[in-house]
Amino acid sequence: MSIDMSQFHEAFFEESFEGLEIMESELLDLDVGAGDVEIINTIFRAAHSIKGGAGTFGFMNVSEFTHVMETLLDEMRDGSRGVTQFAVDSLLQSVDVLRTMLEAARDKTDVDEEMVAERYATLEAILKNEGGEAADAPASSAPTQEEVSTAPGNNSGWKIDFVPHPDLLMTGNNPVHMFKALQEIGELSAVVNLDKLQPFTEGSPEDLYLAWELTLTGSATKEDVLEVFEWVEDECDLSVASLDGEGKAAPEPEVVAAPVVPAAASVAPAPVAATPAKKAKIESKQKKTPEATSIRVGIDKVDEIINLVGELVITQSMLDQAGDDLEALADSVSSDGGETQKANAEILLRLSKGLAQLERNTRELQEGVMRIRMLPISFVFSRMPRLVHDLSSKLSKKIELVVSGEETELDKTVMENIGDPMVHLVRNALDHGVETPDIRVAAGKPETGTLNLNAFHQGGNIIIEIKDDGAGINKAKVLAKAVEKGLVSEDDNLSDHEINNLIFAPGFSTADVVSDVSGRGVGMDVVKTSIAKLGGTVSVSSEEGKGSTFTIRLPLTLAILDGQLVTVGSESYVIPLIAIIESLQVDRKRINQVAGKAEVYKLREHYIPIIRSREVFGLEDDTRDLHDSLMVVVEVEGAPAGIIVDDLQGQQQVVIKSLETNYRKVETMSGATILGDGTVALIWDVNGMVNVHKRKLNRNTTRA
Amino acid sequence: MARILVVDDSASMRQMVTFTLKGDGHDVVEAGDGVEALACAKVDTFQVVITDVNMPNMDGITLTRELRGLPNYRFIPILTLTTEASTEKKMAGKAAGATGWLVKPFNPDQLLATVKKVLG
Repeated sequence: MSIDMSQFHEAFFEESFEGLEIMESELLDLDVGAGDVEIINTIFRAAHSIKGGAGTFGFMNVSEFTHVMETLLDEMRDGSRGVTQFAVDSLLQSVDVLRTMLEAARDKTDVDEEMVAERYATLEAILKNEGGEAADAPASSAPTQEEVSTAPGNNSGWKIDFVPHPDLLMTGNNPVHMFKALQEIGELSAVVNLDKLQPFTEGSPEDLYLAWELTLTGSATKEDVLEVFEWVEDECDLSVASLDGEGKAAPEPEVVAAPVVPAAASVAPAPVAATPAKKAKIESKQKKTPEATSIRVGIDKVDEIINLVGELVITQSMLDQAGDDLEALADSVSSDGGETQKANAEILLRLSKGLAQLERNTRELQEGVMRIRMLPISFVFSRMPRLVHDLSSKLSKKIELVVSGEETELDKTVMENIGDPMVHLVRNALDHGVETPDIRVAAGKPETGTLNLNAFHQGGNIIIEIKDDGAGINKAKVLAKAVEKGLVSEDDNLSDHEINNLIFAPGFSTADVVSDVSGRGVGMDVVKTSIAKLGGTVSVSSEEGKGSTFTIRLPLTLAILDGQLVTVGSESYVIPLIAIIESLQVDRKRINQVAGKAEVYKLREHYIPIIRSREVFGLEDDTRDLHDSLMVVVEVEGAPAGIIVDDLQGQQQVVIKSLETNYRKVETMSGATILGDGTVALIWDVNGMVNVHKRKLNRNTTRA
Repeated sequence: MARILVVDDSASMRQMVTFTLKGDGHDVVEAGDGVEALACAKVDTFQVVITDVNMPNMDGITLTRELRGLPNYRFIPILTLTTEASTEKKMAGKAAGATGWLVKPFNPDQLLATVKKVLG
């Protein structure tokens, strides 16, 4: 039977990567010195499964590599080897290597043999050095055959004395089946020996009291014969002798031709005589954990549905407007009198009710479909314990990682792209935030620093917080550096918040010594950009000596956006609600004109820049006096700015259509959408708006 | 053809074993660990049980012992799937009442030959 094993590869890779994650997280939980047997057992089991599967599915290098890890774990498990930090770290690194090997096997690419060999050698060295007994176990050698095969040469057959112990049947073995197996490798004749048969009144009907003298002729080797009896070695007395050695055993009169049916007396009911299968409910066979069962669906299929639902939402909002008109029409028709017209009004009302229901259904459908793309953020958080472990030993710091909210769900695409920025922020917190133990103790803090990772929903957004109790941001130093780099000027009078957030400016680095952990200060602005690409924002708040909190704010999904509709000129635009702090009516008294043409607005205690959207878009702007104009206060890079618009319309969910794929990138716009009345509205990129505004301003001031 | 219970915590191994056995005309029920298998065995009847040894919740050795304690499973062939290194596992399986073993890694032909060996 030839079976294409590659059809099982996907399942194998999937469970192997899961296994690696289990190994990693359990290794991180493993206490050096007194290793918890249960934890080691879990790690061992994961390694063992990967090894078994790899061997079965033909990934021999993976199987060999895992074998060494497994041997090491086995010795830790039975206590013959201590759990040392070095061994744990080696195993962790081996997990990485194994992951690379599996990825290479999955993607059919080459693996870095040198790296594998190096890691393999380290593991072997551990096995050899610190007195483990099984140190010399060869890596996945073929099963050693101790039996020396007797020369098959001119041996004509075997005489087999087979005396089963009474309990042989209890193991599920059946002499009849063994004889059948013998028949397949030669010509078999059998003589049953009834000497030990018990009287009917004695013995148990389940015990076996028969014995056989078997004669097998043909070319079978002794090994072949022994293999048939391999499973019952301990449940019988067996002798196998060459027919040639002892002279040919003459066929005896009592020969019973095989297949031998044991005499009625003392044989247990045949195992196959089981009752017909009852139609009982068998519990789900797939589940390993109490998780809900799942199916695998290509992401393109899901996206196609999401796109269709998006179209449905647009159609729905068109109908919604028609529904309002219908109700008005129904009112006027019914007030006009006439029976027929009243009936018509009735129909119109029913139609409008139907539309209201359609709206509700559409919304629920949309939410349901969106949820398909949602995954718990634990997918990203689970990378962090390892990172913290590795970094704290590298930096000689003591850090405890506290994770909460890992069940918070977010969009798959957002998830895939938020990992790297988060890793960077965590690295940064460990490198620049948390102090070394001696500094912490000197500052009266506990020796071990704490890094909190938290995720939660807040008003249609996901908030991720990365909080450390380290040194906090040294504002004086940040400001000095920013001035030195020409990012701000000394008399810019920045708020604490603004100073802290200068660290996200391009090319900014405050570390006295550039370390190999957090890089060279090219990171924070990249973090900001990556998060902005996801439609999110990042900001930091910090208190010197107490610690810093980085807050990432992300939209729930990339496909739909909660927007504020505004009018500028003859066009409607959408401002992402996530960016809006508040909207207000401008009070002339609060406007200040500073250096050249820049206008600022006094919003409570702070001055915020005023951005005239008409100016940004190059439209005619005759409103010199902004009094009573509408201003939308948005947050850009942690700092507020006020954008003047002509009119505010309602808030609404819009389906985002990419401008880049359908047109081209526009600096001030992040996308487009279709409104209920069928018109296209552009979605603002408030960052881009602020940048364009700044450029225009600079041009004006240099001209002045 | 027989009704066979396949017990393994690895989904890919279960897939492979099930596919092979079904291809040979057998009826297969899968279980992910010993606890699940025991629950299946109590409400259904199987002519052969094939179980992995290393599993969470309940391992294959314990499962074998538990099955042998059930009236319907005293004589049913129980095969353990073990790795080449673990001679003691084969023996532990035997001690618990297993009929025999199949050494990992094995290919579909070896699996079918082994099943044939216990079914006759």
